[in-house]
Amino acid sequence: MKADHTATARGARGTSGSKQARSARRRPAAAKRQPHAAREATDHRRELLRQMLLIRRFEDRCVELYSAAKIRGFVHLYIGEEAVAVGVNQALTEADAVVATYREHGHALARGVPADSIMSEMYGRSTGCSGGRGGSMHLFDAARRFYGGNAIVGGGIPLACGLALADRMRGENRVTCCFFGDGAFAEGEFHEVANLAVLWRLPLLLVCENNLYAMGTALSREHAQTDLALRAASYGMPAWPVDGMDVLAVEAAARRAAVAVRAGGGPCFLEARTYRYRAHSMYDPDRYRDKAEIERWKSRDPIDALADAVRAEGEPAGFVDEIAQKVDAEIDAAVQSAEQAPLEPVEGLLRYVTSPAETS
Amino acid sequence: MPSLGADMDEGTLIEWLVHPGDHVERGDIVAVVETAKSTIEIECFDTGTVGRLLVEPATTVPVGTPLAVIEDGAKAPAAASHQAAARRGAASAQMSAPAASPAPAPSVPVPAGRKPAEVSPILRHLAHELHVDLAAVLGTGPGGRITHADIEHASRTRRTRPRASPLARRVAGELHIDLGRVHGTGKNGVIRAEDVRAAAAPSAPAPSAVPAEDAPPRQPPAPRAAQPDRAAAMRRSIADLMSRSKREIPHYYLAAEIDLDSALNWMRERNRRLEVADRLVPAALMLKAAARALTEVPELNGYWLNDRYVPGAGVHLGVAISLRTGGLIAPALHDADRLPLSELMSALRDLTSRARAGRLRATETADPTMTVTNLGDQGVERVYGVIYPPQVALLGLGKVTERPVAVDGLLGVHPGVTATLAADHRASDGAVGARFLTALDRLLQKPEEL
Amino acid sequence: MTAQTTGTKPRRITYREAMREALREALRSDERVFLMGEDVGRYGGCFGVSLGLLEEFGPERIRDTPLSESGFVGAGIGAALGGMRPIVEIMTVNFSLLALDQILNNAATLLHMSGGQLAVPLVIRMTTGAGRQVAAQHSHSLEGWYAHIPGIRVLAPATVADARSVLAPALADPDPVLIFEHGGLYNASDDPDPSAGPVDIERAAIRRSGTDATVVTFGGCLPKALAAADQLAGHGVSAEVIDLRSLRPLDDATIMSSVARTHHAVVVDEAWRTGSLAAEISARITEQAFYELDAPVERVCSAEVPIPYAHQLEEAALPQAADIVAAVRKAVG
Repeated sequence: MKADHTATARGARGTSGSKQARSARRRPAAAKRQPHAAREATDHRRELLRQMLLIRRFEDRCVELYSAAKIRGFVHLYIGEEAVAVGVNQALTEADAVVATYREHGHALARGVPADSIMSEMYGRSTGCSGGRGGSMHLFDAARRFYGGNAIVGGGIPLACGLALADRMRGENRVTCCFFGDGAFAEGEFHEVANLAVLWRLPLLLVCENNLYAMGTALSREHAQTDLALRAASYGMPAWPVDGMDVLAVEAAARRAAVAVRAGGGPCFLEARTYRYRAHSMYDPDRYRDKAEIERWKSRDPIDALADAVRAEGEPAGFVDEIAQKVDAEIDAAVQSAEQAPLEPVEGLLRYVTSPAETS
Repeated sequence: MPSLGADMDEGTLIEWLVHPGDHVERGDIVAVVETAKSTIEIECFDTGTVGRLLVEPATTVPVGTPLAVIEDGAKAPAAASHQAAARRGAASAQMSAPAASPAPAPSVPVPAGRKPAEVSPILRHLAHELHVDLAAVLGTGPGGRITHADIEHASRTRRTRPRASPLARRVAGELHIDLGRVHGTGKNGVIRAEDVRAAAAPSAPAPSAVPAEDAPPRQPPAPRAAQPDRAAAMRRSIADLMSRSKREIPHYYLAAEIDLDSALNWMRERNRRLEVADRLVPAALMLKAAARALTEVPELNGYWLNDRYVPGAGVHLGVAISLRTGGLIAPALHDADRLPLSELMSALRDLTSRARAGRLRATETADPTMTVTNLGDQGVERVYGVIYPPQVALLGLGKVTERPVAVDGLLGVHPGVTATLAADHRASDGAVGARFLTALDRLLQKPEEL
Repeated sequence: MTAQTTGTKPRRITYREAMREALREALRSDERVFLMGEDVGRYGGCFGVSLGLLEEFGPERIRDTPLSESGFVGAGIGAALGGMRPIVEIMTVNFSLLALDQILNNAATLLHMSGGQLAVPLVIRMTTGAGRQVAAQHSHSLEGWYAHIPGIRVLAPATVADARSVLAPALADPDPVLIFEHGGLYNASDDPDPSAGPVDIERAAIRRSGTDATVVTFGGCLPKALAAADQLAGHGVSAEVIDLRSLRPLDDATIMSSVARTHHAVVVDEAWRTGSLAAEISARITEQAFYELDAPVERVCSAEVPIPYAHQLEEAALPQAADIVAAVRKAVG
């Protein structure tokens, strides 16, 4: 099943709402006056498009593979939310850290974890990024400072707090970026950490991906006060909402927040307002959402929106297909690699319970 | 006086084992009788209370003479049953000799094949509720029927396996002690390691560090009602021991025909001068000779332990004695080689009666260095025995029979016995066994020197 | 007071002082080490263990936290991932339940979930146990729950010497270590041998040799077990007392070799009997030393009741020396 990215309904896009998005649409005129900068901007957008397409195609393939029972357990797809992971990641450096949730395929891909490594992990192979031990919900890549992959809602937030604490105590000028959802915003862990991070002025970027549903429960049924950015701000940190379907808006917001965090003033909070097209997980029959609502959000598809913007700057009509082809080839290779990768021998079952003996 | 042999006309009552007023059940041993051939325990065929004893010990009476009156029994007084038995002939009468094989009581063996159909539905239901296996219940009702009380009793005493701690079991295995014979001093009679060691050691049991309630030094004779369970337990322990013997011990067998003419002549001559109570039986001679033979062939007087032969500290002959509840026990006659014949004889009598009464001492069960089994009175000619581990030999004695012999070139008829030796080929070779049998033979030719 | 005292003069210190010395030594020797928890700084620690440390090391390294167990335990985990060597103090095991998810699903599990990439060198200290009439919610002994979890090490120092000595190896461990300090032990005093080498935190310690029964215990029950052993000696029963010291992993070898000598075992555990660590130890003795046992393994544990407030009820609910004496006598017979 492949979503059709080239067919877009443009009308609804105008309701995206952020200043940054509107200024981005004004950019093409400026580009004619500054060709080099425009070229860079276009290249940058193509890159954003590529990253989002990679995630989109990857997730689409997961649907197929899960249905074919190649991927097992729980799988939570990021389709529709790509702009958030991709946009935020633009504000982060390699030195920064990322903590995500069980819906983390997109974040891992955006962070640079190779597609074959992720696919192998979901196939349970020993070449997976977690050695086949974690699966879809527990993708880890220590070298890329990607700290999972956490199946407990809100469970990663204190972890991110600690990573930021370590950086502060060691005088490291880097950001820990923690992704979590509107559901996690109800967990005590979020509030404990929000308080603690502001209290200790930790370099923590809290990105709440508000996709309006915590599994099957709508936002208005889980929060008495649904303006999450407002509530986060009450802890004493800068907090603002952003259109999660507009990758450029997300990027701009994230860059601003990262600068603030790096300056040492304490944490920042972004509420990325986004939407997942598919159910909570592959097991979820998705009975709790109105199909019309899903269609409405699809009309604001972030990939389509950016593709339109880039086309408007004069890119050839089929450039998205060209990118899509490359992305598909990458994913095909990842699947093939996963299919052929070895399973860890059962004799090694008790490994990774304690660290191997070493002199410390 | 029962007929205990086709050629038996009379018998001498040696000892009463019951007293007036005792309750007896069919199959109980009630007296010891001496015949020309051996001393035999006799049983009664009725259930009831012993009334008058009609014959005094040391009295010889013809076969068929009433010996005692049993009252309230299911059958006619003992006399009639004995006469009936005499009429039916020896074959139908049960007897048990001091060294006989397991002699199940005629009417009340543990009925292995009892059909539950013989039990009423009500009782079957009761047995089911109490988780009692009817096939293993000893029926004490008329004709051996299973009664309500039998089932309830079986339920209460269901645990036939001796209750022993894991350590006790291990120690018992190491010391080759039959747990069924160990008295437990733990809570609820649980057997603990020190109880096993006490059963094995000649000295006093190790003192318990904590002053516990005083436990009786040995088990009093079990109440009759518990006998079926004891029998099953004994059967099981015999089964274990014999299986182990056959599994572990490479047996070899030797036989010798021993002329008993001199021995029995000497014995009869000597018995004429003795009180009845002191008279010797052929078994005593053979036991003494065997004991003496062991001093000449010490390789057969000991144990196979930890892959090597360990000689016994003395010659402690195990004497196989059948029990009236079924089963076999082989307690030791200590230092049998040094006992004068008369003492050996009385020791044998004492051992037999105590064995049957369940009053053996721990040292007697633990110490035998070689066992002798005498099945002659069962009519067996030769015995192919199974060694009791960890012993390394077993002497079998068959029936004393009149045999044609060549003496000084002339054909004669002498009493003789076939002695068979079963020996552990790990500990000894045929030459050693042969030496023993030769010695035994030789010793029995000079009975006056025994 | 430094850890490097080399004088031969005996030096009597309390358990809390010993732990304080250990903390001080750790903070001085490794700048990655810091202490974090409720009231560890200005208050000096709920049980006085960290008294004076704030003044010596400052608020960055002696961090008072808000009442956010899950938050600051998780922060400890993250800080450990980020290269620090945090010592997180959870005031008591009773409050650790709020952080159970972080301990189980993150600290114990990250190494495995990441396929060996992320070790968590975190130390968590908790006070545990009952006995001061603090009633049901403040009297838990949940060491057994934690000892159930693969991926963490669980220690229960029961002596002043162990309080002094277990922290350093715990900090050196690349994986999470939980240290349980029984509240009743803080005032215990002793003069630990300053020349004693580092303690082997994987080995149980035989605190008293004996021949008739093996008494296995840990933490706050150790003094009661030793008192029981004294009483038993008066009755001619020689009890060997083993202080487990490490609850996960358990030192099976020491336990079994003792049982092989004494043939009777009694396990003393302040937790409730059902599903306790004592049950685990009893099962292991049955598995590994069955043929040595001359009696069933006895357990002395708390009664199956939330710990009551009233003095006599609390005393009756908890294991006491008399209970241990009775259990040994029952086993030995």
